[in-house]
Amino acid sequence: MDVHTLAIVWFVLIAVLWTGYLVLEGFDFGVGMLLAPFSRDETERRLVINTIGPVWDGNEVWLLVAGGAMFAAFPEWYATMFSGFYLALLLILVALIVRAVAFEWRGKIDDALWRRRWDWAITFGSWTPAVLWGVAFGNLVRGVEMDADHQMTSSLLDLLNPYALVGGATTTLLFLTHGAVFLSLKTDGEFRHRARALATRLALVSAAVGVVFAVWTQVAYSDKLWTWGVVALAAAGALGALRAIRGGREGWAFAASAVTILAVVVLIYGAMFPNVMPAIGDPANSLTVANAAATPKTLTILTWVAAFLAPLVLAYQGWTYWVFRRRLTADRIPAPIGLSRRRDPAAS
Amino acid sequence: MEVVDAARWQFAIVTVYHFVFVPLTIGLAPLVAIMQTAWLVTGKDTWLRLTKFFGKLLLVNFAIGVATGIVQEFQFGMSWSEYSRFVGDIFGAPLAIEGLAAFFVESTFLGLWIFGWDRLPRKIHLACLWLVAIATNASAFFILAANSWMQHPVGAIYNPETGRAELDDFGAVLLNSTLWAAYTHTIATSMLVAGTFVTGVAGWLLVREVRAGNVDLARTVYRPAALLGLVTIVLSGAGVAASGDWQAKLMFEQQPMKMAAAEGLCETQTGAGFSILTVGDLSNSCEGVIHLVEVPGLTSYLATGDFAGEVQGVPELQEYMSERYGDVDAAGEEISYSPNLALTYWSFRLMIGFAGFSAALALAALWLLRGKGSVTDKRWFARLCLIAIPMPFVAASFGWIFTETGRQPWVVVPNPTGVDLVRMLTSDGVSSSVSLAEVLISLTVFTLLYGVLAVVWVRLMVRYASHGAPEVEAPPEPEDAETDRPLSFAY
Ligand code: HDD
Ligand code: HEM
Ligand code: HEM
Repeated sequence: MDVHTLAIVWFVLIAVLWTGYLVLEGFDFGVGMLLAPFSRDETERRLVINTIGPVWDGNEVWLLVAGGAMFAAFPEWYATMFSGFYLALLLILVALIVRAVAFEWRGKIDDALWRRRWDWAITFGSWTPAVLWGVAFGNLVRGVEMDADHQMTSSLLDLLNPYALVGGATTTLLFLTHGAVFLSLKTDGEFRHRARALATRLALVSAAVGVVFAVWTQVAYSDKLWTWGVVALAAAGALGALRAIRGGREGWAFAASAVTILAVVVLIYGAMFPNVMPAIGDPANSLTVANAAATPKTLTILTWVAAFLAPLVLAYQGWTYWVFRRRLTADRIPAPIGLSRRRDPAAS
Repeated sequence: MEVVDAARWQFAIVTVYHFVFVPLTIGLAPLVAIMQTAWLVTGKDTWLRLTKFFGKLLLVNFAIGVATGIVQEFQFGMSWSEYSRFVGDIFGAPLAIEGLAAFFVESTFLGLWIFGWDRLPRKIHLACLWLVAIATNASAFFILAANSWMQHPVGAIYNPETGRAELDDFGAVLLNSTLWAAYTHTIATSMLVAGTFVTGVAGWLLVREVRAGNVDLARTVYRPAALLGLVTIVLSGAGVAASGDWQAKLMFEQQPMKMAAAEGLCETQTGAGFSILTVGDLSNSCEGVIHLVEVPGLTSYLATGDFAGEVQGVPELQEYMSERYGDVDAAGEEISYSPNLALTYWSFRLMIGFAGFSAALALAALWLLRGKGSVTDKRWFARLCLIAIPMPFVAASFGWIFTETGRQPWVVVPNPTGVDLVRMLTSDGVSSSVSLAEVLISLTVFTLLYGVLAVVWVRLMVRYASHGAPEVEAPPEPEDAETDRPLSFAY
C-alpha cells in the first residue's frame, strides 16, 4: 500500500479505537455518574459498581491504545493535541486515576466514611471525563488556533466556546443514558425497573441534545454529503434507544445507544477528514492525515500487528462479557469483606 | 526555573512513582500464579490460602500501578511534545504494541480472575492469572524497548528534510543489546522485589504465630510461603548481579560518559578501582575528589572484563564530545556533556547497596528455616523481615535514577556507532507550547495526589499483610453452581 492509503487506514483505525473507547467506557462513566444520585443504600451502591466490576479496566485500555496508536501513527497529532490541551488532559488524568483506585480500594476497608470518600472519587472521576471528552472533540472538529509549526496557541478560554460546550453536554447525556440502559440490562427486580424508568427519561433529553449537536456539526463543520447519513444514524440510534427502553427491550436499547455514540464519533472524524486537527484562520497550518503521519515503514508494521491482535482482543473481551452475562440483584451481593479500619485485637 | 526543569521534575516524580509499584506487580503475579498452581496440583488448602492472601495484596498494588500508568502514556505528548515529534516514528510503535499486546490481556484477564472464582472451571481460572503474569512481563519488554532505544538508538535514520528520526529496521529496535540487558535486569529486579516481599511478609507472620502459640499455622501456611520467597530471592539475586554486569559492559561501550560519571573518574585510568566511599565536591567538577575506600581494578573489570582495562575520565570525554556534537546549544550556551556526578555516583552505589538487605534476609531465613518443618520465634528475624521489605523497592528506584539522570544532558543519547544525527538534548525535547505555569500546576497536582495515594497504599498494604492469611473455603465448581447464591467475590 502506498503511504497515503496507509495513513488513511490508520486514521480510520484511530477513529475505531476512540469509538470503542467511548462506547465501552461510555457506559462505565454513565454507571459511575449515576452511582451517588441513583442508588438508595450501600447494597445498591455495590450493586451498581459490580455491574461494571469485571470489565471497566479492559474498557479503559481502549483509551491507552488509542493514545499509543496516535503516537505511533501520527506523532505530530499526538504531540500537538496533547500539549495543546494540557490542562484539560491533566484534569482528565486526575479523574481517571482516582476513579481507578476507587473501584479497587473502596471495599477494602469496611467503614462508612472510607466508602463515602471513594464514592466521591468515582463521582468526580466519571463526570469530569464525560464532560471534557465532549468539549475536546468539539474543539477538534471546530478547529484550534495553530501556528505554522503546528503549535497550538488557543487559550483555555477559547476552548470553552458554545459549540464545544454543547459537545460536552452531548457526551455527558449520551453516557448517562448508555449507563442507565446498561444498569437496567444488568440487574433485575425493582432496581431494574427504576433504572429503566430513569433511562427512558434520560434517553429523551439526550436524543434532543445529541441531534442538535449532530446537525450543528454537519452544517457548520462538514463539507461532505455522506456525513448526513451519519447524522441520520445518530438520530435513528437515539430514537431507537428511546423506543426500545420504553418497550422494555433492554438489549436493543443498549445496542441502539451504542450506535448513537458510534455515529457521533464517526461524524466527528468524518467531518474533520482529511484534517486531523484543522487550524482556525489559516487552513495551511492544519495538521492533516498526510502531514502528520509516520513513515510507511512504521505504519506497515503497525498494520500487521493490529491485524493479528485486534481480532483476538475483540474475541476475549467479548468472551468476558459472556462469562459475566448474568443479571445481578441486591440479594446476590455478598456481605462486605473489607477489614475494619483498625487492627482487630483478635488477629494480633 | 524554566519549563524544561519543571518538566524534568515532573517526569522524574511520576515515573519513579509508577515504578515503585510496577516491580511488585511484575514479580508477584507469577508468584501468586505458582501458589494457585500448587493448590490445583496438590489440593492443599495452604496454597489456596496463600493465593488469596497474596492475591489480595497484588490487587491493592495493581490498582495504583494501573492508575499511575495512564499518566505515563500521555505525558510524552503533554510535556515532551518536541521529543515526541522527533522520535514518534520509532518510539511510538512499542508503546502502541504494548497496549495491544499486553495491557488488553492484563486488564481483561485480571477482571476474569478477580470475579471468576465461581464462574470459570478451575483450570481456566488459573490460566487467566498466568496470562496476567505473562502480560505484565511482556509490557515491561515493550516499554523497555522504547526506553532502551533512547539510551542506545538503533534501527533509525535521520531525515534531513523533516529533521526527524525515522524507522529503518524495527527488528534492530527489538534486538537492541541494551534492551535485552535492561529487560533481564529489570525482570530479575522485579523478582527480587517480590521475593523479598513474600519472604518478609510470611517470615514476619510466621514469628508472630509461633509466639502466639499457633505453631501449626506457622508451619503449614507461612513456612512454605517464606521458602518460596527465599528461592525467588536467591535465583533472582544471581540474575540481578549477572545482568547488571552485562549492562555495565554495554554502558561502557555505549555511554562512556555515564560510566565515568558513575565512578567519579576524573582522569583516564587503567586498572581503575571501584570506590565505595568518596569525599570532595562531586558537583560537576573534578577538583578535590578523593576516593577513600577502593576495590582495586573493579571498575575496569565491570567496564571491560579486564582488571587492567582502560577507562576514560570525564574531562577527556567532555572534550571529545564537544568536538563531535558541538559545544553550544540552541540558546548559545556551552554544553556540559557530563551528568550530575554526585547523583550518578551515589545512585549507582545505593542501587547495589540496598540489595544487601535482601541478601541478609535470605541468609537469615536459610539458617533459621533449615531442617524439615522448622519454624522460629526470633524477634530479630521478624524485625529484619520488616526492614528488608521496602529495601529492594528503594534500590530499584535508585537504579532508574542512575540510568535516567546518567544520560543527561541527552534525552536521546547519540549511538557512538550509529547515525550521529539521531540524538536529542533534553532541553530541546520539551513542549514549546506549554507554559511554565501550566507545568508547575500539573507538577503540584501530581505530587499532592500521588502523595495522598502513597499514604493510602501503604496503610492498605500494612493492614492486609498484618491481618494474615484468612481461612478459606474452596470455591464451588461452576457446574454445581446454584443459580441464586451470592457472588463469590464483589467489590
Ligand atoms: C533491586 C534492584 C537492583 C539491584 C540490586 C541492582 N540493580 Fe542495577 N538497576 C536496577 C535495579 C537494581 C533497575 C532499576 O532495574 C535498573 C534501571 C534501568 C534498568 O535497566 O535497570 C538498573 C540499572 C543498572 C545499570 C544501568 C544501565 C544503563 O544505564 O544503561 C547498571 C550498569 C546496573 N544496573 C548494574 C548493576 C550491578 C552491577 C548490580 C550489582 C550486582 C546491580 N545493578 C544491582
Ligand atoms: C520506557 C521507559 C521510560 C522512558 C521512555 C523514559 C523517558 C524519560 C524522559 C523523556 C525523561 C525526561 C527528560 C529527562 O529529564 O531526561 C525522563 C527523565 C527521567 N526518567 Fe525516564 N523514562 C522511562 C522509564 C523510567 C523509569 C521506569 C524511571 C524510574 C522509575 C525513570 C526515571 C526518570 C528520571 C529520574 C528522570 C529525570 C532525569 C533528570 O531530569 O535528570 N524513567 N525519562
Ligand atoms: C515511561 C514509560 C511508561 C509508560 C508509558 C507506561 C504505561 C503504563 C500504563 C498505561 C499502564 C496501565 C495499564 C492498564 O491500565 O492496565 C501501566 C502499567 C504497568 N506498567 Fe508502565 N509505563 C511506563 C514505565 C514502565 C516500566 C519501565 C515498566 C517495567 C519495566 C512498566 C511496566 C508496567 C506494568 C508491568 C504495568 C501493569 C502492572 C501494574 O499496573 O502495576 N511501566 N504502564
